[in-house]
Amino acid sequence: MRYIPNSPEERTEMLEAIGLKSAEQLFDSIPKELRLQRPLNTPAALSEIELLDKFERLGRRNAAAQRASFLGAGAYSHYIPTIVDHIISRSEFFTAYTPYQPEISQGTLQTIFEFQTLVCQLTGMEVANASMYDGSTALAEAVLMAERITRRSKVIASAAVHPQYLEVVKTYVQHAGIDLELAEFDEKTGQAGATLAKAIDDQTAALVVQSPNFFGCIEDLKAFADAAHAKGALLVVTITEAMSLGLLKSPGACGADIVVAEGQSFGVPLSFGGPYVGLFATRDKYARQIPGRLVGEAYDKQGRRGFVLTLATREQHIRREKATSNICTNEGLIALAATAYLEAMGKRGIQEAANQCLQKAAYVAKRIAALKGFSLPFTGPYFDEFVVRGPRSAVELLSRLAREKGIEGGIALSRFMTGRDRDFLVCVTETNTREQIDSLVSALSEL
Amino acid sequence: MTSGITKVTTHISPNEQLIFERSQPGRIGYRLPALDVEELPIASLIPAEFQRDDDLDGMPEVSEVDVVRHFIRMSTWNYSIDIGMYPLGSCTMKYNSRLNERVARIAGFANLHPLADEEDTQGALQVVYELQECLAEITGLPGVSLQPAAGAHGEMTGIMIIRAFLDARDGAAASARRTMLIPDSAHGTNPASAHLSGFSVKTIRSTAEGLTDLDHLRELCAHGDVAGLMLTNPNTLGLFERNIKQICDIVHEAGGLVYMDGANMNALVGVARPGDMGVDVIHLNLHKTFSTPHGGGGPGCGPCCCTKELEPFLPVPRIVKTDDTYRLDHNQPKSIGRVKAFFGNYGMMLRALAYTLTHGNDGLREATEAAVLNARYIAEGLTSDYDKPFNNPPMHEVVFTDKRQSRKGVHTLDIAKRLIDYGFHPMTIYFPLIVQGAMLIEPTESVGRQELDQFIEAMRSIAREAVENPELVLNAPHETRIGRLDEAAAARKPVLRWKPATDHTDKHATA
Amino acid sequence: MANVPEDLHYSKDHEWVRVEGDQAIIGITDYAQNSLGDVVYVELPKTGDEFAANEPFGSVESVKAVSEVFTPVAGSVVKINESLADEPEKVNSDPYGEGWMIRLKMANPRDVDSLLTAAEYEDFTKAESE
Repeated sequence: MRYIPNSPEERTEMLEAIGLKSAEQLFDSIPKELRLQRPLNTPAALSEIELLDKFERLGRRNAAAQRASFLGAGAYSHYIPTIVDHIISRSEFFTAYTPYQPEISQGTLQTIFEFQTLVCQLTGMEVANASMYDGSTALAEAVLMAERITRRSKVIASAAVHPQYLEVVKTYVQHAGIDLELAEFDEKTGQAGATLAKAIDDQTAALVVQSPNFFGCIEDLKAFADAAHAKGALLVVTITEAMSLGLLKSPGACGADIVVAEGQSFGVPLSFGGPYVGLFATRDKYARQIPGRLVGEAYDKQGRRGFVLTLATREQHIRREKATSNICTNEGLIALAATAYLEAMGKRGIQEAANQCLQKAAYVAKRIAALKGFSLPFTGPYFDEFVVRGPRSAVELLSRLAREKGIEGGIALSRFMTGRDRDFLVCVTETNTREQIDSLVSALSEL
Repeated sequence: MTSGITKVTTHISPNEQLIFERSQPGRIGYRLPALDVEELPIASLIPAEFQRDDDLDGMPEVSEVDVVRHFIRMSTWNYSIDIGMYPLGSCTMKYNSRLNERVARIAGFANLHPLADEEDTQGALQVVYELQECLAEITGLPGVSLQPAAGAHGEMTGIMIIRAFLDARDGAAASARRTMLIPDSAHGTNPASAHLSGFSVKTIRSTAEGLTDLDHLRELCAHGDVAGLMLTNPNTLGLFERNIKQICDIVHEAGGLVYMDGANMNALVGVARPGDMGVDVIHLNLHKTFSTPHGGGGPGCGPCCCTKELEPFLPVPRIVKTDDTYRLDHNQPKSIGRVKAFFGNYGMMLRALAYTLTHGNDGLREATEAAVLNARYIAEGLTSDYDKPFNNPPMHEVVFTDKRQSRKGVHTLDIAKRLIDYGFHPMTIYFPLIVQGAMLIEPTESVGRQELDQFIEAMRSIAREAVENPELVLNAPHETRIGRLDEAAAARKPVLRWKPATDHTDKHATA
Repeated sequence: MANVPEDLHYSKDHEWVRVEGDQAIIGITDYAQNSLGDVVYVELPKTGDEFAANEPFGSVESVKAVSEVFTPVAGSVVKINESLADEPEKVNSDPYGEGWMIRLKMANPRDVDSLLTAAEYEDFTKAESE
C-alpha cells in the first residue's frame, strides 16, 4: 500500500527486531474470538486513475452543480478569489495539527488571531473565538452560554430563524433544562413579530433573532436589544448570510450580547453543506464563558511577540464536565479560508461584493414582481434574499425551471413550513450575471 | 546516529506582522466585474438606521501580493505532517493524501448546494451512502450518521441516543438512570459530552495493569442508576481492554448501554470490530483514522455508528437507498433530532471515502498492522531510557513517563520542548491524567523506519542530556523563532484581537 | 518548605482561616499556591452569598488547571478581595496577606474548632507529599 512507507521486507525485519514472528502476533492482546477471521467486506483497492474516474462520474450526476443558481437559505454562492484555495492548500496549514505547541505553530496561531479580529470587526463585538462547527451549532452553543450567564431557563426565538438552526438548538437544549419558545413572525413584513418582545419576562435568558432572517428580511436589532435588556435578558443575533455584514449595521452596534454566524459566504465553497465555519463573538465581560478555542497574544523571555491558545481552563480537556462546551476540533482550515478571503477582498472588496448582492437582488425582485401571477408577499427590507409568491405550486414551478430551463431558481418554503405552497426563496449574489438574471425572469414568465 | 539523513534544525524563517499592521489605505487585492444592473441608492433599499456607518473600520486594505506573501511567510513557521512525523498519542497524525484533496475539489461536489433537489444530487448522496456502508462494515455497527462535525459532536450524538433509547425503554423510570460511567483515563470530551445529555459522571478506576477495574465496574453498576459506560478501546494508555466482552455484559445486565470513543480505531480497522465486542454505539474521527487533514484545528467529521436497536434514534435526515435511488429520509419520529444544519462536513466524507477506496479492504488492515508495529518498535527502542509504566504490549500508541528524568529536575514538558530542537513535533503530554508526567506516543503507519530510528535516537539523546546537561533541556526549545511563551501573563490579561490604538502596536514585533 | 503561619486555622483542602471576632477571612495556603503554579484568575462569589461549611465558593485557575476553593466554615460573604481581578498573582506572592479571598460573617463560630492547627496542617501536607 503506497501510503505505508515501510516495504513488506522492512516490516518483517522490524517484527524480528521486536521479537515477533508475524504481524498477527501484534494483536495477541485481542482475544481470538474477537478478531476478524475474514477480510473486511469493503471494496477492493482502486488505483488513482480508477478512483478519480469513479468520483468524477459521481460528480457529473449532480446536475444542480452545473446550473445557474439562485439558491440561498443558509448556503451561498459567492466568488472565491483563486489565491484562497492556494493558501489553504499549503502543506504547513492543512496538514498541521492543533497549535498546542506554540513554538512551532505560530503560522496557525497568528492566522487565527487575525480571524478573531476580523470577526470582531465585522460583527462589532469585542471578542471572538477560533471558530465553531457552523452557524447552526454556534447558535445552539450561544443559547447554552446565555443560560450559564443569566442562570435563567427560558429562551425565546423568532420563528423567522432558519428552521434547521432551530432544530439544532432544540436538540442541544433538550436535556439542558432550557425552555425554548418560538414567537411567530409578522405575516405582512416577514420580520420577527411583535410577540417576540412581548414574550420576554424576568425568566428569559435570551432573545434569539436572525438578521437577515430566513425570509431574507432585515430585522430591527436595536429594538430587540432594548427589549431584552429592559428585562435583564441577552440578545443573541444569528446570521446565515455573513456577506450582509458588509453593508448592514453590525449587531454589536445595535446592542447584541452574543453574535453567531455562518461564515461560509467568506471564501468557502458550497460543498453540499460542509465543511463550513461558525463565527462566535461576544462582549469582553463574557469572555470566560465562551465555548471553543481562543488565541491570545503572548511574549517570550526575549520579549518577542507570539500567539498562544489561552483561557484553556474553560475547555473540556481541563474542566471536563464543567466545561463551557465539549468542543475540541473546530473548523481551523475553513476559518483560514475565510481569513484569506476577507484579507484578499479587504474592506473595499467586501463592501463592493455586498453592494452588488443588494443591487442585483433588488433588480431581480423588481422584475419578478412585475411578472403576471408573481408578487413579493413580504414588505420588509432585504439584503440578497427575498420570498416570491408564484401562481401555483412552487415545488412544481422550481422543478420545471431546473429540468426544462437548467436554472436553480429558488427554494420552496413548503419544504420547511406548512401553508406556503406557492412561496419560494430567491437569493441573488455578485455571481449571478445579467444574462442569468434575464434567463430566470424570462423562464418564470414562460412557465 | 545510525539512520543516515539527519534533520535540519534551522531554515529560512521570514518575519511577518499582522495583516492589519501591513494594511495601507487604498490598496486592493480583488477585482469584481462591473455591476451589470441599475444601481440604486442604498438608502432606497435599506432604511438608514439599518445601514453600516463605520466603513468596516480597521479591516485591512492590502494587495494580492501582500496577501500571498503574508500567508506563505506565516506558513513557514508551522510544523506539519508533510514535514515530518507527529508522535502525538490519541491524534493519529497520518499522511493526508493529495488525491483526497483533488477528489474533494471536483466541481460537481464543490459547487453543489445542499438544498438542491434530491434528484439532482444523486452522485453526492451516493458518496454518503457508500461511506456509511463502509463504516458500518468496519465497526460492525449497522446504523450510521455522518452528520456530526467532529469527534466531540459525534460523542454528544451517541450519548443523546443512549438517553433517548433509555427514556423510550423505561419511561418515567429512566429518570433514575442518569449516571454515566467514565474511566479515570478518559479524554476530557467524554464527561463534557455526558453533561450535555443531562448525565452526571462517575469515574471508574483502572487496575495496576492499566485496564478497567472490573470489580469497581460491578460495584458501580450495582447502584441501579447506570445509563451507560463510555470507554475507549484500545484505551488511552494504548492497551487493548481484553475483558471488553465481559465489560459490555456487566453494563448490559445492569440495564445500561456501552458507548465507545472511537479515537483509537487505528489499532482495530480490519482486525477487530467494536460491534462484535458488544459495543452499542461508537463515534469515529475521520480526521484521525481516515486521514482527513487536521487543518490546524479542523474541520473534522465525527460519524456516529450504532446497533440496529438504536438506529431509529440517529439524527435526521438519514441517507437511504431504495432500488437505485438515494433519498433523504426525514420520517424518523424517534430521532434525537438534527445536530447540524445540512448533512455534516461533506467535504471530509469525500476524502474519507477516497481513503477507504484507495486502501481497499486489504490495505486498511495493512495500515492497522503497520501502525501497531511502528508503535511497538518505538516502545522497544525507548524502554532502556524511559520509564514505561505498563507491561502489557501496547497497540498503536504507547505511554512513557518522566519518572527517571524528573529525578534530575527534567520533566515531561522539558523533554517535549527539547524534542522540537531535534526536528520533531512533541508527543502528547500530560495525558492521560492518571499517569504522572505522561508522554503518549503514536507514530501511525505513515512513518518509515529511518524516521522511527531518528525519533528513538533523539529521545535517547535527550535522556542523556537530562543527566549530563539538564539546562539544555530545561530551556528548550533553542532553535525556534520564538521561545517558550509566558502563558500565565497571556491568561491574566488576555489580548484576543488586534486593535488600532497605538499601544497595541507591538514594540518587539519580529517583523 | 511551605510557609504555615501559627495564628491561622487550616483545612484539609488547603484553605486557611483567620478569625476576627465573628468574622472569618479565607484564602488558600502557600502549599496550595505552590502546587497550582502561576495563578491567572480567581473566581469569587458576590457579597451576600451564603455558604455551608465545606461548600465551594469559587475557583482558582492557573494556565493548565482549575481548582475549586471551599470555605471551611459556614457563613455569608461580607467582602471579597476585588484586587484579585486585576492582580491574581497576589495569591502566589502573598497567599496569607494580600492574596486573601473572602471575608465571611460566620454562621457558627464554633466551626473553627474542627479545623487543623498550624502544626497539624504541616504534618498533613508532609504526609501528602510522600
